[in-house]
Amino acid sequence: METLKFDLDTKPLREVNQFLHGDASSLNGKVIVIENPNGAHNIAVGLKAELDITIKGHAGYYAAGMNQIAKVTIEGSAGSGVAENMMSGVVHVKGFASNAAAATANGGLLIIDGDAGLRTAIALKGADVVVGGSVGSFSAFMAQAGNFVILGDAGEGLGDSIYEAKIFVRGKVKSLGADCEKKTTSAEDRQILADLLVKAGHANVNPDSFQQYGSARTLYHFHVDNAGAY
Amino acid sequence: MCGIVGLLVRNPKMRDSIGELMLPMLIGMTERGPDSAGLAMFGEPVSSDQRKFSLYSGTPDFNWTKLGHDFEKHLSIKAKVEPKANHAVLTTNLEPATVKSWLKEHYPQLHLLSVGQLMDIYKDVGTPAQVAERYDFKNFKGTHLVGHTRMATESAITPAHAHPFTAGEDWCLVHNGSLSNANSLRRKLEYQGIEFETDNDTEAACRYLQWRMREGDDLETALHHGFEELDGFYTLLMGTRNQLALVRDPFGCKPAIIAEHDDYVAIASEFRSLAHLPDIKNAKVFEPSPMEMYVWKL
Repeated sequence: METLKFDLDTKPLREVNQFLHGDASSLNGKVIVIENPNGAHNIAVGLKAELDITIKGHAGYYAAGMNQIAKVTIEGSAGSGVAENMMSGVVHVKGFASNAAAATANGGLLIIDGDAGLRTAIALKGADVVVGGSVGSFSAFMAQAGNFVILGDAGEGLGDSIYEAKIFVRGKVKSLGADCEKKTTSAEDRQILADLLVKAGHANVNPDSFQQYGSARTLYHFHVDNAGAY
Repeated sequence: MCGIVGLLVRNPKMRDSIGELMLPMLIGMTERGPDSAGLAMFGEPVSSDQRKFSLYSGTPDFNWTKLGHDFEKHLSIKAKVEPKANHAVLTTNLEPATVKSWLKEHYPQLHLLSVGQLMDIYKDVGTPAQVAERYDFKNFKGTHLVGHTRMATESAITPAHAHPFTAGEDWCLVHNGSLSNANSLRRKLEYQGIEFETDNDTEAACRYLQWRMREGDDLETALHHGFEELDGFYTLLMGTRNQLALVRDPFGCKPAIIAEHDDYVAIASEFRSLAHLPDIKNAKVFEPSPMEMYVWKL
């Protein structure tokens, strides 16, 4: 396996990203190490090849945003919008993540070992998100599809106006948002949760220690009480 | 946007190089705030009967020597005037109220940026690198500092609108964000006898805290009242004689990241501004939670 190293102290990030956006056939299977990220924004965004990328430190905003196929590991923390609008692949943050992680992500898996900030998985559209720590307020706001696993606690307004995404929380929830309610976990959902725990490196955590949350579906439909408004 | 930086040096050996440590922090926030920059520097205190007055002239041609002579002649008291580009620090043991009214009468064109025993304030328009160069930030010595890079969104780009703002002696504040109720706060506070110098929203937050503390609140209580009354987005970083304090609004709209190390505590809007700090790899790096108050004492 070929390993390529890029040092952001000496090489402009734009050049590194342009290289990573090259023809997939020439990139597939490459192992890339990015050194001295030092909080730069937009590292490894828009990937669409079978790359295995390790960022050796703290990343800035939108790291691995719009990711497809690639595996990106951030050894430090990630700024706002990590894996935003991810389509597929895996993004693994070993530290904490700031606000709006996995916002609008369509597919793939985002693993955050530490805590995640406010609005995590906001407008989630089908990706899986596993947070080892706690998440901030307004997480999973209007989340449409996908699975969101929180090993720690959740802040205020969890799952406000949620559609069909599934939320699993092991710790406490400060408050639920409008139209979000407790759910009974089906055998099928338990399997989804168990598989995600294994994929995210939490094989030792019991899936039965989670409470599931989802949509009460009262905001979906026209309510007859509002008929007088027309 | 705007960028904030703060640095409190715990290791006394490193205090002589606080300016050098801070400079890349401030310049690192240029993209967040390219139009003006400011710095509040806390250093050795003057003797207990003296005060330092940070003055801004707007022009490097200002005759500071004449100001010193006029001051001593009119008020029959010694004063030390140390000019630095558009700024000067005047040190005297005359009452602040007397100094303020003398300045207003004889030098109305000057802005009084701060009064204190430890704190000097420098703020001006230009990129952070230009402002730092103009005032030689690199060679500043001291214990702690609060800095700001501004991208103006709601009021004019002038030195007076730049941060930090002060509310009382050796007390300053910088702000990243915007307040939606600054005008109503200003009306309320003016009715309470609080004077404003600009129409800037950050000044409204600053004067609000000044008013709360005048009413007997300590900083923590004042900030708790602030959570109720300040409507908008904010990360506020404050400096006092012996501490730095930080709060974020309930929605965490504006960023902040903290590095706690045995030698220092460093705060910035983004990690980019902390990456160069010595031994940062061994610092505890974390993001402050909304509506929590973080305080670091010397």
